This record gives sequence, structure tokens and C-alpha cells, in this order.
Amino acid sequence: MSSPAAVSIGTTPTGADRRVLLSGNEAVAQGAVEAGITMAVGYPGTPSTEILESIGDRRDIDVRWSPNEKVALDVALGASLGGARALATMKHVGLNVAADTFMTSAYTGVGAGLVIITADDPGMHSSQNEQDNRAYARMAGVPLLEPSNSAEAREFTRAAFELSEEFDTPVLVRTTTRVSHNRGLVEPGPRGEPPVAGFRADPSKYVMIPGYARARRPVLLERLRRLAEYADSSPFTQEFGSGTDFGVVTSGISHHYVREALPDARILKLGMSYPLPMERIRRFADSVDRLFVVEELDPHLENDLLAAGIAVEGKAFFPQEGELDPDRVRRGFVAAGVLEPGPESEPPPVPMARPPLMCPGCPHTPPFLALKRLGAVVTGDIGCYTLASLEPLAAMDTCVAMGSSIGMAVGMAASGGAGAPVVATIGDSTFLHGGVQGLAEAVYSQADITVLILDNGTTAMTGGQEHPGTGFTLDRTETTPVDLVALCRALGVKDVNVVDPYDLAATYNALEAAMATGGPSVVITNRPCVESPTKVRDRAYEVIADACTACQACMTIGCPSIVWTDEFAEGRRKVRIDTLTCTGCTLCAQICTPLAIVPVPEPVETGHDH
Amino acid sequence: MTTETKGLILAGVGGQGVILASMIVADALVRAGHDVKQSEVHGMAQRGGSVFSHIRWGAGVDSPLVGQGTAEVLAAFEWAEAIRSVGYVREGGAVVADLRTIVPPGACQDRRSWRRGYPDVDPELFLGRRVKSRLIDAAATASELGNVRAANSVILGAVAAFLDIERRHWEEAIEAMVPPGTAEVNLAAFRAGSEASDARIPGRAPEPRGYAGPHLIDIRHDWCKGCDICSRVCPEFCLEVDPRGRLEIVDHQACTGCRLCELLCPDFAISVTAPTEQTPKPSEAVTNHG
Ligand SMILES: Cc1ncc(C[n+]2csc(CCOP(=O)(O)OP(=O)(O)O)c2C)c(N)n1
Repeated sequence: MSSPAAVSIGTTPTGADRRVLLSGNEAVAQGAVEAGITMAVGYPGTPSTEILESIGDRRDIDVRWSPNEKVALDVALGASLGGARALATMKHVGLNVAADTFMTSAYTGVGAGLVIITADDPGMHSSQNEQDNRAYARMAGVPLLEPSNSAEAREFTRAAFELSEEFDTPVLVRTTTRVSHNRGLVEPGPRGEPPVAGFRADPSKYVMIPGYARARRPVLLERLRRLAEYADSSPFTQEFGSGTDFGVVTSGISHHYVREALPDARILKLGMSYPLPMERIRRFADSVDRLFVVEELDPHLENDLLAAGIAVEGKAFFPQEGELDPDRVRRGFVAAGVLEPGPESEPPPVPMARPPLMCPGCPHTPPFLALKRLGAVVTGDIGCYTLASLEPLAAMDTCVAMGSSIGMAVGMAASGGAGAPVVATIGDSTFLHGGVQGLAEAVYSQADITVLILDNGTTAMTGGQEHPGTGFTLDRTETTPVDLVALCRALGVKDVNVVDPYDLAATYNALEAAMATGGPSVVITNRPCVESPTKVRDRAYEVIADACTACQACMTIGCPSIVWTDEFAEGRRKVRIDTLTCTGCTLCAQICTPLAIVPVPEPVETGHDH
Repeated sequence: MTTETKGLILAGVGGQGVILASMIVADALVRAGHDVKQSEVHGMAQRGGSVFSHIRWGAGVDSPLVGQGTAEVLAAFEWAEAIRSVGYVREGGAVVADLRTIVPPGACQDRRSWRRGYPDVDPELFLGRRVKSRLIDAAATASELGNVRAANSVILGAVAAFLDIERRHWEEAIEAMVPPGTAEVNLAAFRAGSEASDARIPGRAPEPRGYAGPHLIDIRHDWCKGCDICSRVCPEFCLEVDPRGRLEIVDHQACTGCRLCELLCPDFAISVTAPTEQTPKPSEAVTNHG
């Protein structure tokens, strides 16, 4: 066994300042490139998505989107056992999907280095929950690194591969939104290129039947003991500041907030926060009169320290919900009595909320308009179409986790209490991520539900990534697309219909007919996203003000291109279309009874004979 | 160069180019020799939602987030977003706000008052806050220069006037980061922005006269065959055909009198009467639900 000191972080100084601004995500990718990965695989999810996108056009790395995070981790683990260094990326909730593989990969250990990025989202900027994935490291018994900025994102990721091979374990690297989406200066290093080592068959290590797994359990525990020993002296643990009045144990982005609030305070920063460098922490605690833990979300460090018999204060002063920021950390230290209260600035006036919206021309809008009219109970799913839950569409009743819509529809219909026909709505990427099994259940139980698959040919919510149904890989190479109609039929759905969502009447009729059918039925909409992969911009529409009766029918769509004007009809406001953002989808024109919505006149061409 | 860490906020609406603009600012600051952190939230279908970018710079930057009341400058690309983020500006700092208004559909939903849920353009808002303000019309300035899409560079020019960064760093950053072929117009827009003066504040819009009271929907059930056309088109979801095929008024109060149901009924079975025109006539609708 070589010495753990082989793991190094930092950059070899080159003299010249070659630093560039990189986001945390780009820096993670850069670190992995330097570590010599040849496989990078994930499923998109904010705030992790740009890690793979930033290296998508490299020819020396196999960069891929998987159908979901579980498959991504399976692919990465397989590559690792084959001897290639592999990176798997996902957002925090993605690790729930990959958890089955993750837990047992701690038993098998790795071939070449295997690093899993979990991008957590405290504050739920773009997520359905704010689970704290540090818990997964403890649960699996896998070491956890927490970079606090872009420079560390690069260094820690690169070092994580060394750690992984050194200790024969997958390594979890946890970023948070403020690390992933923060740009900071990073000095990139050269591409590393370890050879692919080749697979060495070892059933007792890689075939986790009970007999073999039982033997791997003590190996896992012994590895954790050695990792804890290593943590005490590792370069991931750093001390800052001076003084003996109080000290602060912290990790990740919280470190920078503490430094901002208390620039000179004694800080023990844990770059590796599982397993903990408990001896080092104990010495640090002994050297100060009062010990604080500042950590975002759950009191993991606090509880571990308390369990180790170290007196510490934390969540009494620093909130457990939401993101920390310099102001919240400062207020915590004021409450703890170690900082004088500063001047509180006057709260600004709060204008109207401005939530994200479905785009002008979004093909998801018409089917929800129809579902609202049809009075369906709609179990929803996660994607751009979840915005249909907001006013004025307000046509979605549930949204829990990716793929949940179909199983929940089955349960809702079976409960006997739905009170109306049940429709599950699910995007194409989400259907292939975790919806297929739900549909199998619907067929198996012959559930009286309709599944609406909103096939816009992309993963729009996260910025337009390819998926197995689009016919293209991450680097836009053509491949065989999964045929959704054939797939639904193969699962045993007899009633499968494809409809153009830009035809509102046809969409309404297709849904109405499907809802009236007994047993499971599927309706698939087939218009591409208006933003990705290509921007769809047809001839814009405009409103003839004199013809507008201000009936507000078009305002039931919630299209951002349609706004009120200062002209009135019988006290109601007339409308106007912003022709710069209108995509010409025609939906509003289809529902405008007085025919006041028409295409803008064809530009008069000059210099051509017609 | 001071060692104190400073902050700047850029705020706007998804799709406005706030992120690119903030990357230009960050690049200029790096060129000027600062440590820089720039942080934003993006990724979700932010099109149409509020977008913020925080930039901090100095000798060694810790927090990427700007604290309340500490920013040197707020660069707002849209009027309501200027109001939303003004609390970040320190006393004596500056607000650069584009007078452009982007009214979200959510602000056009109150069909009682018919009032927009969008704040008036009112420079007085900043007076009480001890901040300098520069309210500009970036699109107009950029259009004069020949390309309305250079509007963001006008805003950056106005921001630069409040910051101590040499012009060449700004210009190099703009050249490096704007789309190919647009450097010249963007540089011109930047220069125009740095000299821009306050734009004219638009006059106030007329006040709506408010809710006219619910209209009376009268259904002649002996003529109605329950075809469902009216209930499918009603923008206020007032009407519903029940399972027996009988048309019901499910929400009396919501009717704004648009008459779509009356106009589209193939059997002339519906009439809508404005409250002022209503003569007391015992109709089924009234007796059923009055
Ligand atoms: C387990 C999990 N992984 C990833 C995400 C991030 N995410 C949210 S919606 C979505 C996919 C949306 O694509 P699609 O279903 O095709 O709908 P669209 O946005 O294109 O309408 C993703 C990847 C998530 N919320 N949960």
C-alpha cells in the first residue's frame, strides 16, 4: 500500500499567471480532464449540467448523457472496472436514482478511479427539494470532498481520482449551486493520460452475492478507518486565522461566508467532510473557548462532533433551511454574541413576482389548455411543463419526482376518489428517465388512466440536452432514437395516438377520446421545443386593435408575448402581441373568436420580380 | 488598487443577456488585475423569470454573493428588476436602470380592477435611499447607433462611469466576448452609455374604470341542446355542461360580459346583459342561484 501522501492538491507554480475565470462546473470538468478520465457520463440536472457540456466536444474523452442517473453510474462503474478513470455527474436528487448502485459500489470498490459529482441545490433555485447529500457519504461509507470555489473544484476533483485509486473506493464530490454556478480564477493544468488498465476479473470483489458481500463489509469499514486517519493529516483540512476566544468548523461555500463575516476568525475548514478528521477537530476544539459549526442545511458536522463528545454550537444560530449567505451568517454570529450588530439597511419595495414562464410558442401549452377545459385530474411530472401548474393555466395537480406522474395516476385512479378522469403528463426525457416502468405498471394493472407524453425532442428544462429519444448523442452525432410509439405499444398499450399540439382542436379531441377509453391510453404530442435544438421562429402574429373585443380568451394561455394595452372595450383591457418575441405558433389566433389576431403583413420585398 | 472587496449586481429578465453582460464585467475586472468571483443562478427555464448576477472583486475575494446594502452599483436591465434589487446598493452607491419595462403575463390577470400588477416608472423611488441614479433608455441609444442589440453595452457604459476601472480593460473585455462582427457597434454603444444622461420618464397611463359588476347570463334551456361550445370558450370558466347535458352557470361572479357564449351559440339560447342594462326579469339563472 503506497502512502496516502501521494494524493496532492494545488497547482505547480509556473511563474506566469495563466489563471482563467471558470465556473465551478467547468472547473470540475477541468480537474477530471487533468486526472486523465476517458469516460464522463451523467444525466442533466441543475446545477450540474454544464460539467459534461463543457467537455462535450473533446475527442479524447467519451462524454455521454445516460437515460438517467442510475444508468450513468452503472456506465461509470463499468468503465472504472474496465480500468478507465470515470466521472459520473448528477444533481442531488439524481443520486437518489443512482443510490442503489452507489451503495454497493462502496463494497466492490473500483478499478481505475471513480468520482461521482453530486451538485446540491440549497435554496431550491431549480429543484423539488433541498436534500443534503452529505448524508449519502455517511450512509454508503464513501469519502466526501466539498470544494468551496472554482479553484478547489478543479483541485479536489483531480485529487479525488487519486484518492479513489489509493483507497479503492468511489469518491463523492459535493458542490452546491453557489460553487457550481460561481466563476472564479483557476489555473488549468495539462491533460493527464493514464492508460486504460484493463479489467481484472475478481468475482469475490465484483459479484456482490451475500457470501462475497459479507467479506467486503469489513473491507469497507477498515477502509473508512484508514480514510479517517488520512483525513487528520490530509491537505484537504486547512486552518485559518488566529485567536482562542472561539473557533469555527466549516466546509464548502459556508467557509467563504464565515471569512466574509469574520475575516480573522480561527477556522478549521474541512475539504474532506467524511470521514471526519476527528483528532484534528478535537485539537482545534481544545484550543478555543467556544466552538461553532457553520454548515448549510442539515447539522451533519454538528451532530458528528456532538456524538464525539465535542461541545459545539451551530443550528441554534445558523438556519437549517435555505441557502446561507454572508448576511445570514453575520446575523448568526451576532445572535451568538461574537459580532456587533451592523446597520440594518431599509428593506426595498417588493414589486410583483416574476416566476419563470412557458415560452411564447411552447408546444406544452395547448394540451394543458385542453386538460383544463376537460376537467381532468392531472398528475404532473418534472420539466418545463410543470410551469402549467401556475396561473393562468393552473392545470396540474401533482409534481413529486421524475417519472412519478404515471405511477401516481395509477394510484389516484385506483383510489376511487379522483372524481374525474386521471391524466398523467410527462416529458419525453422524463418518460425515458423513469416513466417507462410506470407505464408497464399501468398496463399490468389495466389502469383507467391516460398518459400524455409531451415529446418536444429535447430535455428543455435543463437547457436542451439530447436524450435517447432525440436521435443524437451529446456531441450531436446521429444515433438510433428510441421509438416512443413502438415502445408504448410494445409495453401493451393498445390506444396510442400522436397529435400536433399546435392544432388545439385536434389535441382536445385526442385527449377527450383517450380519457373516455377504458384501460391505459397514451397521447403523444410531437412539436419540437421552440428554443432547442433550433430556435423556431415563424411569422409573428399581431392584434387588430379595432377588432379586439377584449374578451380575454387569449389571456387564458399565459403567453408572455401577449400583454394588456391601455385601450379598453366595455371597461376590459384590449391586448397586444409583442411581435419580437411571438413565434407564430397560432394558438391565440385559434381561440380568438372575433378574428382579431392575424399574421403580421409579409414584408414588402424590393428589388425582386414576382 | 484597494484591498477592500467590492460588489456589483446585475439584474434583469431571462433572455435579456444579463449573464453575458456580467461575464464581460468580470472579464474587465480580471484584466484590471483583480481577484474576481461572479455568481448567478441559471439553468432552469429562466426565460421570463428574474435573473441576477453577483460580482465581487478585490485583492482576495471570499463570498461570491454581494451583501444587502454593500454594492457599488446596481445595473438593472429592466425597470421592475431595478426596484427588486435596489436594496443591494450601498449608501452613496449608484443605480443604473434601463427604463425598459417587461410586463409579465401574471401582471395582466386582475379582471376586477383591470389594473396592471406592474410598478409605475417613478424616479422618486430612489430619492429616499441615498443612492445616485441614472435612468437610461438603452434601446433608444443603441438604435441610434444602428443596432438595438447593442443595448446591453450602453448599460455597461453607464455602469463604467461609476467604477474605477480603466476604459481599455472594458474595451478589451467587450471585444473578447461579444458575438463576432459586433465589436464595433458594441464599443460605440459602450462609449455612448458612459456619456448617457437621464432619459425622459414616460407619462402615466390612464386608470381603468374597474370591474363593471357581474353580467347576467340568461340561458333558454328549452333552446339549448348542451352542445358545449359556450363552455369551451368562456375565458372565465363560468359555464359547464353537466353529465346529463344540461348547461349550468358554475360561476356567476366571474362573467366580465365578453359575450363569447352569446355570439357563438348556434341556437341563440344565451343572452348576456350588463349590470346597468339589467331590467328585473325573473330568469332561471337568477332564481336558481340568486
Ligand atoms: C432525478 C432528477 N434528475 C434530474 C432532474 C433535473 N430535471 C428536471 S426536469 C428534467 C427533464 C425535463 O425534460 P423533459 O421531461 O423532456 O421535459 P421538458 O423540460 O423538455 O419539457 C430534468 C433533467 C431532476 N429534477 N430530478
